[in-house]
Amino acid sequence: MTITGEPQTIEQRTEKPVRRMAEYAATPLTVPSPKQITEPAHAGQTETMVLNMGPHHPSTHGVLRLVLELDGEKVVNVAPDVGFLHTGIEKTMESKTYQKAVVLTDRTDYLAPLSNNLSYVLAVEKLLDCEIPERVQVARVLLAELTRIGSHLVWLGTHALDLAAMSAFLYAFREREQILDIFELVSGARMMTSYFRVGGLAYDLPADFLPTVAAFLNDMPANIDEYEDLLTTNPLWLERTVGVGAVNADDAIAYGLSGANLRATGVSMDMRAMTPYCGYETYDFDIPVGEKGDIYDRYRVRMAEMRQSVKIAWQAHQRLVDIGPGPYMTENRKIAPPPKSEITHSMESLIHHFKLWTEGFRVPRGDAYVGIESPRGILGTYIVSDGSPKPYRVHLRAPSFINLQALQHMSRGGMVADLVALVASLDPVLGEVDR
Amino acid sequence: MELIILITQCLIITLAVTTGFAYLTLFERRLLARLQHRVGPNRAGPFGLLQPIADAVKLFFKEDIVPTMADKRVYLLAPALAVIPALIIWAVIPLGCWNIAGGYEACFDGGASGPLSNVLQIADINVGVLYLLAVTSIGVYGLTLAGWASNSKYSMLGGIRSSAQLISYELALGLAVLGAVMSAGTLSTTEIVVGQNVLWGIVPQFLGFVIFMISATAEVARAPFDLVEAEQELTSGYNTEYGSMKFALFFMAEYIKLIAVSAIAVMFYFGGWRFPGLETLGSGVTDLFGPTVGALVVGIVSLLAFLGKVALFLFVSVWVRASWPRVRYDQLMSLGWKWLLPLALINIFMTAVVTVLVPNQILQGVILLVLGIIVIAVALRLSQTPRITSQVKLAKTTEQMRP
Repeated sequence: MTITGEPQTIEQRTEKPVRRMAEYAATPLTVPSPKQITEPAHAGQTETMVLNMGPHHPSTHGVLRLVLELDGEKVVNVAPDVGFLHTGIEKTMESKTYQKAVVLTDRTDYLAPLSNNLSYVLAVEKLLDCEIPERVQVARVLLAELTRIGSHLVWLGTHALDLAAMSAFLYAFREREQILDIFELVSGARMMTSYFRVGGLAYDLPADFLPTVAAFLNDMPANIDEYEDLLTTNPLWLERTVGVGAVNADDAIAYGLSGANLRATGVSMDMRAMTPYCGYETYDFDIPVGEKGDIYDRYRVRMAEMRQSVKIAWQAHQRLVDIGPGPYMTENRKIAPPPKSEITHSMESLIHHFKLWTEGFRVPRGDAYVGIESPRGILGTYIVSDGSPKPYRVHLRAPSFINLQALQHMSRGGMVADLVALVASLDPVLGEVDR
Repeated sequence: MELIILITQCLIITLAVTTGFAYLTLFERRLLARLQHRVGPNRAGPFGLLQPIADAVKLFFKEDIVPTMADKRVYLLAPALAVIPALIIWAVIPLGCWNIAGGYEACFDGGASGPLSNVLQIADINVGVLYLLAVTSIGVYGLTLAGWASNSKYSMLGGIRSSAQLISYELALGLAVLGAVMSAGTLSTTEIVVGQNVLWGIVPQFLGFVIFMISATAEVARAPFDLVEAEQELTSGYNTEYGSMKFALFFMAEYIKLIAVSAIAVMFYFGGWRFPGLETLGSGVTDLFGPTVGALVVGIVSLLAFLGKVALFLFVSVWVRASWPRVRYDQLMSLGWKWLLPLALINIFMTAVVTVLVPNQILQGVILLVLGIIVIAVALRLSQTPRITSQVKLAKTTEQMRP
């Protein structure tokens, strides 16, 4: 729905009686623990069956464990159990200097490494309050949008595969391969890129970066059409997705859903437009929003988002062409290492270089939060600095984790097959859920 | 002499079918790969032709595991129960017509012009269709018992799904076949093929064919009705706890059944081993080289024609698997009971009325074809496949953002 002029109420939007926020406050949203489902009180009865789905299961997208209470094939209750992939990333960051901690952010949402880099780097830059060259901003936007396309392609492929439409998976991965090639081109790594650094980029963009991106962006709309041909009007796809796992806007907000999962319910909330970063406010793009908030709407919203990403990426590409060569790092020598050529004849540069590599830069005392629109939703990084070269505390607002909370709300009363489709449509990345 | 021929036939068909199964897996993997921009298995031998052998060897050397909590006897019996019906289906299917008792003509008139002894069919029994339906139903025991005996929840869900699915679709399948039987006026598989000399079965039984194809796909638990072994939901369904050759037997049963229902579809609706011009070819060869050679040539050519038609069905089956999502359990049930069953009954009614009222076979066929298409169109119109109810709109970034 298009939001024009005055804001609509939730009733107008959903045409359904909705619970107001006060009611939610009165009855807090709870997600049962696995114990509550498997506890002895349930053990003796025979009407329902407890099924342990995961952590080793083909369609739990990693190591998600779901304890299901089943009545036949109907899902009575779901208890998601997370933490199997906990690697203590937030804690580990406290023992790394600010620049070195970038590498850890790749490992949270491993399908969108550059978005994680971006969120973290922006938070540190906010604390440092340093100037970032225009060229870097544009390159970041371009790469973040490519990341979004790449991540959505994995979502599309695995989602289709979970509903047994297996070809879409391979078609999606064919294009993702090109995106990974671009990442490899700029950073040398295909997945754990760590390409964004505090103050700029890790290296300059290579010469054949822009032509490669242009070639990819040229083909992409036709490829998206191809996926849509396969799925969008496929009767079986509609059977499995339309009206399944619907969640209204109020519930979605109460559960803290974000990203495409929230936009599918009709709320046009996108961090790129709400709190623009990297100059997103200067790009021309639309925010796709759905209506019903079911699996199909999430699918349509993400497909439309890919097209919008292509649109933004084209604009960024054009700007990079216009800007031409330039700095890829801030001029601030307290943050950015000096070029090698200077070190050989400038004492100051040598000292800067030495201090940066041995100690790292000091960040002013304080805290900063930056939320960006990652492919999965609002990816926030909250950093507390005590003035030392290492962060005192880093917290990531992981959209996958928060989106996953709503799984129980959406899947109760559905079939096991719907649950599988739901997990896929929420698009969680367990690396980010467990961090 | 007859006994020797019979044993040879059985041996050859068993071997051919099991080899056919092995190469069907290769065919499927290669074709799926083609459809998905992949290469597929091509390392073992030229074009990967030795891949099935490599797979078989691998499966033979896998550890043979019986879960501790399994009901051992049933657990071990289940794969055999699944694979034996799949093999004995082939007894009544005429794979071609090589008349060793006389000339080729007997093939085309069902033995009216002379003795008919078709070596490309093991048993020509007068209730062949009944036998087919009976044998295909037995297979469900294998799957259900496997699911039950494994004593695993995923297997049990798979087993329950399989029994529900196969029993539901048995009905629609049987009724669809009944239409073809009424059209042909016989239960003998030989005579059903012979009876298609004017029109192939698909013309009078178009509606029946559509129902048959859907139900048969569900009956052999093939995509998009492969809920029985839905990997994404039940990890592997009824065969989750099976490994080594026991798993291979389930796999074999499933694929042999797939070939078998394709063969049955060809037999009922696509003229079996017949194709236009075969009779001319037979008479030409007979004129030149005598009746024995004529019968042999007709036999070989008809066998090839039959296999070609079956391959076409297998191709479609793989194609569907590559592109379509799986249906859900309740949707499958509702499709079977609410749509296919009534449609099959309508088909029987239509067939009965038209067969009695219209004497001319071609006219019969055309009327039934038109009626069938109308019924399918109406059914598609009535069926409430969810229409796209919501639209994705584009909100401008400058507009009101907050909910």
